[in-house]
Order: sequence, then C-alpha cells, then structure tokens
Amino acid sequence: MTDAIIRFDKVVKRFGDLTVLDELDFEVKKGEKVSIIGPSGSGKSTVLRILMTLEGIDGGVVHVDGEPLWHELREGSLLPASEAHLRRMRSKLGMVFQQFNLFPHMTVMRNITEAPVKVLGLGKKEAQLRAEELLDLVGLADQAKKFPHQLSGGQQQRVGIARALAMRPSILLFDEPTSALDPELVGEVLTVIGRLAEEHDLTMLLVTHEMRFAREISDRVCFFDRGQIREEGTPDELFTDPSEERTREFLKAILD
Amino acid sequence: MHWSEYLLPLAEGAWVTVQLTVYSTILGGVLAFVFGIGKLSSNMAIKSVSVGYIELFRGTSLLVQLFWLYFALPLAGMAIGIDLRLPPVVAGVLALGLNIGAYGAEVVRGAIQSVHQNQREAARALNFTPRQTLFNIVIPQAIPEMMPSFGNLAVQNLKDTALVSLISLGDLTFRAEQIRNFTQDSTTIYTLLLLMYFGMALVVTVVMHLIERFAGRWRMVGS
Ligand SMILES: Nc1ncnc2c1ncn2[C@@H]1O[C@H](COP(=O)(O)OP(=O)(O)OP(=O)(O)O)[C@@H](O)[C@H]1O
Ligand SMILES: [Mg+2]
Repeated sequence: MTDAIIRFDKVVKRFGDLTVLDELDFEVKKGEKVSIIGPSGSGKSTVLRILMTLEGIDGGVVHVDGEPLWHELREGSLLPASEAHLRRMRSKLGMVFQQFNLFPHMTVMRNITEAPVKVLGLGKKEAQLRAEELLDLVGLADQAKKFPHQLSGGQQQRVGIARALAMRPSILLFDEPTSALDPELVGEVLTVIGRLAEEHDLTMLLVTHEMRFAREISDRVCFFDRGQIREEGTPDELFTDPSEERTREFLKAILD
Repeated sequence: MHWSEYLLPLAEGAWVTVQLTVYSTILGGVLAFVFGIGKLSSNMAIKSVSVGYIELFRGTSLLVQLFWLYFALPLAGMAIGIDLRLPPVVAGVLALGLNIGAYGAEVVRGAIQSVHQNQREAARALNFTPRQTLFNIVIPQAIPEMMPSFGNLAVQNLKDTALVSLISLGDLTFRAEQIRNFTQDSTTIYTLLLLMYFGMALVVTVVMHLIERFAGRWRMVGS
C-alpha cells in the first residue's frame, strides 16, 4: 500500500442514472506498467479521465502519490479539492488521447513547447532543446516545423506522446492510443510506447485493445467489467489461464 | 451643374463614410470579443452584463439607438447636470459600433463554442489555466471560424452608416441628398451613390478575406 502511486478507494462515478464505476478499488505501484482491458462501456476511459482531472467523482477517494486527488485535507476533514490543489496534482500526470488532440494551429515544436513555457515557466531555448530530445525519442526529429495536419496519424500520436512527456509527468496515461490509427500505422506508435516502458521509470497506465502488446509490456493486466475490476494478474496469468468466465469470453471474442 | 462636379462633394462624403465604417467596425470588433467571451463567463455578473448588452442592442433598431445617443442622452445628462452632448461623429461611431458589437458578440460566442471539447481537455491535461486555454488554444482556432460572419457584419455596418445622415453627419448619403435637393438630378445622384457604396463594400469584403486568410494561415500550410 505504501508504494502505491495511484490508489482508488471505493470510487463511485455516475453519469445520471448510469453508475460507471461501482466502488472501484484499484492500485498501481510506482513505476508499474499496467494495462486495462475490457468491453466497451466498462469504465476504462473514465478511470483515466478521473486521474487526469477531466472528470470528477461521486464517491470514494482517489489517491495519487499519497495525496487525495479530488479532495483536500483541511482542518482534519476531506473537502472537495480547490483548483489550486488540482493544478498541483495534475502536474504529476500526463495523458495521451485516442484522437491525439494536438493543437492544430501550432507547429509540432510549439505543440510540445507551449505548455513547458507557459505552464512550467521554462525558457524558450530550454523548452526547445527538451522538445528536440523528445522528438528524437519518438523518431520525428525532422518534423518539428510541420503542422499536425501535415502528419500521418501515427506521427501525430507520437507528437502527442512527446507533448505529454515534455511536462515531465511521473504517471503517463494512454487511452487507446492506437485505436484511431490505420492498421499499418499502429506499429510505429506501439514501438515508441514499448521503448518508454522499457527505458523509463515512468508509471504507465494503458487502456488498449492490442492484446499482444499489452502482454509484452505490462507488469500487470486488469480486466474491467461493468465498472469494477473483474480479474487482474500478470499478463501470463490473465491471458493464458484466466480464472473468470467473463474474462475468458472477452479474450476469446477479441482474439478471434 | 455637370455630373462630374458632383464627384468632389460625394468623395468628401465617402471619406466620412469610410472613417465611420472603420472606426465603428473596430469598436464593434472589440465589443464583440469582450461581450462574446463575457457571455461564456462563469461569473454571473459578467455573464449578465454581457447578455444584457447583446439583447438590448440586438432587440432595438439602430436608428433608435442613434437618436437616443444623439438626442436623448444629452437631455438625460442635463437633467443630472452632466454635459453628455456628443459630436455627431462620436454618436454615429458609438451607435454603429455598439450595434454591430452585439451581433458580433454572438458570432464570437458561437465560434468559441464550436472549438472541439477535446482541445480544452488536452489543454487541461497540460495544466494550462482556463485563461491560457481560452487565449492560446481556443480563440486562435475560433477566429478563422468567425471571419466569414464578421465579413458580413462589416458590410452590413458600411451600409448602416447611411443612417447617420439623419443626425446631419456629412457622410456619403447626406452629401448625395444635399446635391439632389439642389439639382433635382435624382437618377444620376442615386446611381453614383449605388456604385460608390458597392465599390466600398467590395473593398470591405476583400479586406475581411485577407484577414481571414491571415488568421487561418496555419490551415493552408502545405496544402
Ligand atoms: N460524459 C458522459 N456523459 C454520459 N455518459 C458517459 C459520459 N462519458 C462516459 N459515459 C458512459 O459511461 C460508460 C463508461 O464509459 P467509458 O468511456 O469509461 O467506457 P470505456 O470502457 O472507455 O469504453 P470504450 O472501450 O468504448 O472506450 C459508457 O456507458 C459511456 O456511455
Ligand atoms: Mg474508452
């Protein structure tokens, strides 16, 4: 428990009458690479969006780095978090979106440097040096001057990864980073994510339908079903010998 | 009086019309941004003032607004002991700008709202403040969306300047009326008037197009 960098404690999330997360308990250790799999609508994105503070919670407590994310401890009681608290907590996390969500009016370079300069207060030169390193890391060193619409989907997503890394998060969230890509472009993005997983002590949380990839890079795989973790384990356990019937059905359907 | 002699007074009037159009369009543009953004504010006071302004100036006619500023405001000022007499040019620019600003505010609001939600989410994930998100992420993408409507409003504004001749401002329409009263040569005068307004509208359209292309130049790179 002490080395958990992310901890969901009986977290409830509702959209109107729909309970999307139903007293979810969930932990991720520092540096751990965790994949989340599960059927559509099971609440996978919601978990990431709550962590990225894009979506609030209706019950329970989310801890990040030992501190409540959506609450603040003031005068001995847990109160809803202020924007200042959310800002501080948010700086620990980064997110890579399914639709990339690059800023279309900015060059690749500015997409990556804008937040470090405006939010972290980095000097322009320093931010550019950092961006060049990151572009190198994602294999796009020669694309800095282009605009997002001039890049392929796979290239755009790699810029998305570089943009998130430029803020130096300790936790990186990936929400189906390859689902919007043409099949032939999936590989280049997965290669980059795989390299990150191998070479960095980043904590990674990855929602994906790429089962083979999840199996390769994850320390642990969680199968989500109807707002709860139905089953979790090492990739080998979960993929070769799932104990739950629901997991078996899901894997069978997706692997066929 | 030969028709070529009409040209000098008409050109003088046209110059006044141009100035009125430029100043009031700039004023209207500023008001459009202030109140268009204001209408989206989460601060209820700012929001209410913005909605109030937009509804008031869209719900009343420009003519009434102009007369109110020029004739009623000074009287109201006198009643409370302040000199609120406005020179005709100021009253004209104010009325036109306030009027076009109210319509423009709705354009600004609509364009800001049309920027995809996922842009705001990306900005939030990168820890931009709401203000930075608005000014660095959302508005630069919204401006190219606004420009076609702004172009229409600017042309509309040019045509509306004719109303200021009613507070004896020597604009193009006013000068034309003067010459017509003197010469009774309605056909020539009104034909010239028509052509001159049309020419100016063309210029306004072209200028707005150039601004549109400039504001959205990132869209055209490499295509
Ligand atoms: N803003 C929202 N308003 C209402 N309902 C929502 C909203 N966001 C998500 N939902 C619903 O919550 C449920 C869980 O959504 P979520 O996006 O977390 O699912 P998911 O597991 O990521 O599914 P997928 O594999 O399709 O991405 C779905 O039924 C979805 O329709
Ligand atoms: Mg999802």
